Amino acid sequence: MLSYFLRRLILVLPVAFGVSVICFLLVQIAPGDPLTAIMPVDATAEEQAAMRAAYGLDKPLPVQYGIWIANLAQGDMGRSIATGRPVAGEVFGAVQNSLLLAISAAVIAFPIGIFLGFLAGYFRDTLLDRAVTAISIAGVSVPNYWLGIVLVIIFSVSLGWLPSMGAGPGGSQDWGWDWLHIRHLILPAVTLAVVPIGIVARTVRALSGDILTMDFVQALYAKGMSRFDVLAHVARNAAATALSVMGLQLGYLLGGSILIETVFNWPGSGFLLSNAIFQRDLPLLQGTILVLALFFVAMNLIVDVAQAAIDPRIKRN
Amino acid sequence: MTDKLVDIRNLTVRFKGGRTVHAINDLSLSLDQGETLSLLGESGSGKSVTLKTLLGLLPPKRSEIEGDILVNGTDIRTLSGKALQRYRGGEVSMVFQDPGLALDPVYTVGNQIAEAVMRHKGLRKEEAMDIAFDMLQRVRIPSPERRLKNYPHELSGGMRQRVMIALALACRPRLLLADEPTTALDATVQIQILLLLRDLQREFGMGVIFVTHDIGVAVEVSERIAVMYAGRIVEEGTTHEIINDPRHPYTRGLLAANLHDVAKGERLNAIPGAPPALEAPPTGCSFAPRCPMAGPECTAGVPDFVHLGPRRRVACLRVEPVPAE
Repeated sequence: MLSYFLRRLILVLPVAFGVSVICFLLVQIAPGDPLTAIMPVDATAEEQAAMRAAYGLDKPLPVQYGIWIANLAQGDMGRSIATGRPVAGEVFGAVQNSLLLAISAAVIAFPIGIFLGFLAGYFRDTLLDRAVTAISIAGVSVPNYWLGIVLVIIFSVSLGWLPSMGAGPGGSQDWGWDWLHIRHLILPAVTLAVVPIGIVARTVRALSGDILTMDFVQALYAKGMSRFDVLAHVARNAAATALSVMGLQLGYLLGGSILIETVFNWPGSGFLLSNAIFQRDLPLLQGTILVLALFFVAMNLIVDVAQAAIDPRIKRN
Repeated sequence: MTDKLVDIRNLTVRFKGGRTVHAINDLSLSLDQGETLSLLGESGSGKSVTLKTLLGLLPPKRSEIEGDILVNGTDIRTLSGKALQRYRGGEVSMVFQDPGLALDPVYTVGNQIAEAVMRHKGLRKEEAMDIAFDMLQRVRIPSPERRLKNYPHELSGGMRQRVMIALALACRPRLLLADEPTTALDATVQIQILLLLRDLQREFGMGVIFVTHDIGVAVEVSERIAVMYAGRIVEEGTTHEIINDPRHPYTRGLLAANLHDVAKGERLNAIPGAPPALEAPPTGCSFAPRCPMAGPECTAGVPDFVHLGPRRRVACLRVEPVPAE
């Protein structure tokens, strides 16, 4: 198992390299010169050249990449053009907040999705199945930023139960596990959970429904197993695939919450990303995308290894 | 009460759905303790349905079952819940056609055998594993202690079927149902599995109902043969009687269609036509449309059994009853 993990880890390296190259090149591809944003309009050519040299932008691309990677290895992702603060600190603070939101959404979504999917798969082609299918289609189809706004209107504006913005009282950025903070988490987490509920329910429904039609299920009944035992077997058979879908969903939750974080002013990576885009803050953009992409790669690695650990049919060598 | 192991009386099974299928039509069958019977017939003749009915495995919503199914004197149609679970696997167990599909792919074979033993014998895991080990030895699997920890996909087809047999016999059932257990296997492995089943039957003394479409297999394993056609038994007798003195034209056709003793280039003696669709209950002899001896009276009504001996019967109008001696 350990050697399988190490082999998979080695395979991740080229992917990580590719990700870093793309992130690096993003800045080059992006239209416009980053310097024009920070230089006064009437800057002379010499001043521009000096600034260019100060940022290392006058060197050939591979050299720039080498410097960038070397700095990265020391945890230096450059400085934000807009705020002048180190990118690394900004990104990690935001990623922590996003992780909190993504994991909370997953904790809500996965059990509900699994439960609904199992119900629908077991009672396939019944009214219950159709109801679950309708719920999951609705969950996947409803634009979640719209749903977020609707929830804000209901629970914040009309009922006044929950706050609509931020991650803490008075826009505080420091998370704490108390009701004052948690109440800020509820609406964005619930909103974010809706899509993965639909996707997980659909996946588990298809998996469990298919597995229940397999011969071995009848063989289990034939040897005297109870309905509960059979369901345990079905769950174990479905686990590997369901787990991989959930792992990818967690990745999407982390990176794909830009709209939700914007709607709820949640100080996470998506919020940071959208600010970086609108302010043309390229180092910040670069750093955020890199961290999110690497997180996705790591998530895939974890899913692969977990799958191999659960499903004996996946070759380990 | 009866001392018979199995006593099926007037069993009728219909499947509901888009169209109704009359899978079993008025089938009666009995099996003594420790006896081996083959149900012989082609695909769709109702052999497998008969086995599944015996285990109560047919989907209750889509199937209509009539008649009595007594196993050791208990009507198994009255069983449900815990009693049904005790019956399945404990008293009667089943070997399925394709062991590659009938074993759970993500559990080790040891666990799958132990699971059944724990349920029926109320043993702890380690004790159940000991029994699983013993059973793997009895079905002659080499290095059983290693195989216990194997998953089904790590075993060959023949090995998997041995595991399936070990699983079926682990709780010492009184009745073993074998649903074409060699069909999915290579020819050489088929013989090994047949011989194994025959040996284990002698060792454990359970009754066996063996479903097959292969008359050679039926001859190899069973004392008696019941020939099925279109959801009915058309002829029953000892293996010797069926092979040497077949009376029903269908049985004769089956025997004539055998590949043995056919010279190269010679046309094979196939039975012309195809089995009937089972959308309506039979109103005459189901075999009449394909039968060389059929006359108008054959389609007028379902032929009754002609009894030629205590357990020898044929459902054909062309067979003359033997006068009592």
